[in-house]
Amino acid sequence: MTAALAHARSVAATVTDPELPMLTLADLGVLRDVALEDERVVATITPTYSGCPAMASMRDDLVRVLRRSGFADVEVKVSLDPAWSSDWISARGRAALAEAGISPPGPAPRRDGPVPLTLLPVRRALTCPRCGSSEVDLTSEFGATSCKALYSCRSCREPFEHVKEI
Amino acid sequence: MNHHVNDYDADHESVYDGLLGGDASQWAFGTDFEDPLAGMDTSVPAGLDAAELADLCLRLGDDALVYSHRLAEWCSNAPDLEEDIALANIALDLLGQARLLLARAAAASPGLVPVLPEGSPVPVEDRLAFFRDDHDFRNVRFVEPENGDFAVTITRLLLFATHRLAVLERLRAHPDAVLAAIAAKGVKEVAYHRDYGGRWFVTLAQGTDESRRRLLAALETVFPLYDELLATGVADVRDEVEVVVDQVLAVAGVERPDVKPIGGARHTEALSRMLAEMQVVARAHPLGVW
Ligand SMILES: [Zn+2]
Repeated sequence: MTAALAHARSVAATVTDPELPMLTLADLGVLRDVALEDERVVATITPTYSGCPAMASMRDDLVRVLRRSGFADVEVKVSLDPAWSSDWISARGRAALAEAGISPPGPAPRRDGPVPLTLLPVRRALTCPRCGSSEVDLTSEFGATSCKALYSCRSCREPFEHVKEI
Repeated sequence: MNHHVNDYDADHESVYDGLLGGDASQWAFGTDFEDPLAGMDTSVPAGLDAAELADLCLRLGDDALVYSHRLAEWCSNAPDLEEDIALANIALDLLGQARLLLARAAAASPGLVPVLPEGSPVPVEDRLAFFRDDHDFRNVRFVEPENGDFAVTITRLLLFATHRLAVLERLRAHPDAVLAAIAAKGVKEVAYHRDYGGRWFVTLAQGTDESRRRLLAALETVFPLYDELLATGVADVRDEVEVVVDQVLAVAGVERPDVKPIGGARHTEALSRMLAEMQVVARAHPLGVW
């Protein structure tokens, strides 16, 4: 790897997610690749969910930060395959989520065939990110952003968000 | 003393000045539309007919677009905040799928895209969404009717998501890599939608007398168009869908209603009314300026 490519990668790796600013795009697993084509930096990102409204922000943030570091020519590409998985959130990203009061995801389901129907509430072994209690209740599988479910803690009585496994 | 107002104007800048720190890219949601397929190879693979591929993407995309708009009508009207947020999330997932699919259709068959005046900034997927007339929409009638009450919404959502999940599971193996990728991503999302619909269906069936009464009435409302969903869907997934639907009905303790399928026109009047509202602003400003 050239010094220029290493520099571009380290700069791109500092860009944070617009909706989860405690995470970098790299820690979230959304930044898939940074390459150098002659003078041009080509960064590739993938949406967490199909309707992610933050793709334009992420693109602009990458372009801005890379330009500020001296890369005049920046292109941001989109990748859809393979589809984003919560398994791609790094260990550092999981720690940052927990630190910010958001419960990190467990392992994503691995499926080859049809997705089985689940009529009972999803059961996850997780703990309250505030007090550590495992006495938690699922409030809703849908939260303030596509990637999160809502929980409440029976011990400290606080609500919290959990990043869903996909 | 009323020149106070003038003093104020002279001494203070707009409260919005400085918010961006001189960098317009810090404005919410970026500076510009982004191409949802930016940098992807959208050439049609050898052996595939571009018009057929575009039609398939349009059908799947229009189903998602129309149904997304319907579900979004619940926003601020749902029985409680959690369901409001859940339905809005489901609508957002479907809108994202619609956007990708319409963009894919446009790339495969550019002739489909309505022509706008020179200089229009409207991206191709928005041209398809906002500048086609009702008779050019390729969605099934199943997604068109008004939401009705929560029981009708849940019943329609359960059937729609069960069918869409089966279709997307099939399309993961489609020879067009772009469509296959959109489908694989959608499977993960629609699996959550189907389980949400299924859980609420059972809850309403086994809840109070009133919730059960409404659910049984909802079946009579929703099932007449179900057959069309199965028959004109983009892949023959009837058997897979019926297995899941029967499973939910059994757990809920509900009989399948004895209703006659509705034949006839390709669209209902409900679609025209919805599009009139959805498209009016975009159509008034095809150059994106006002
Ligand atoms: Zn707690």
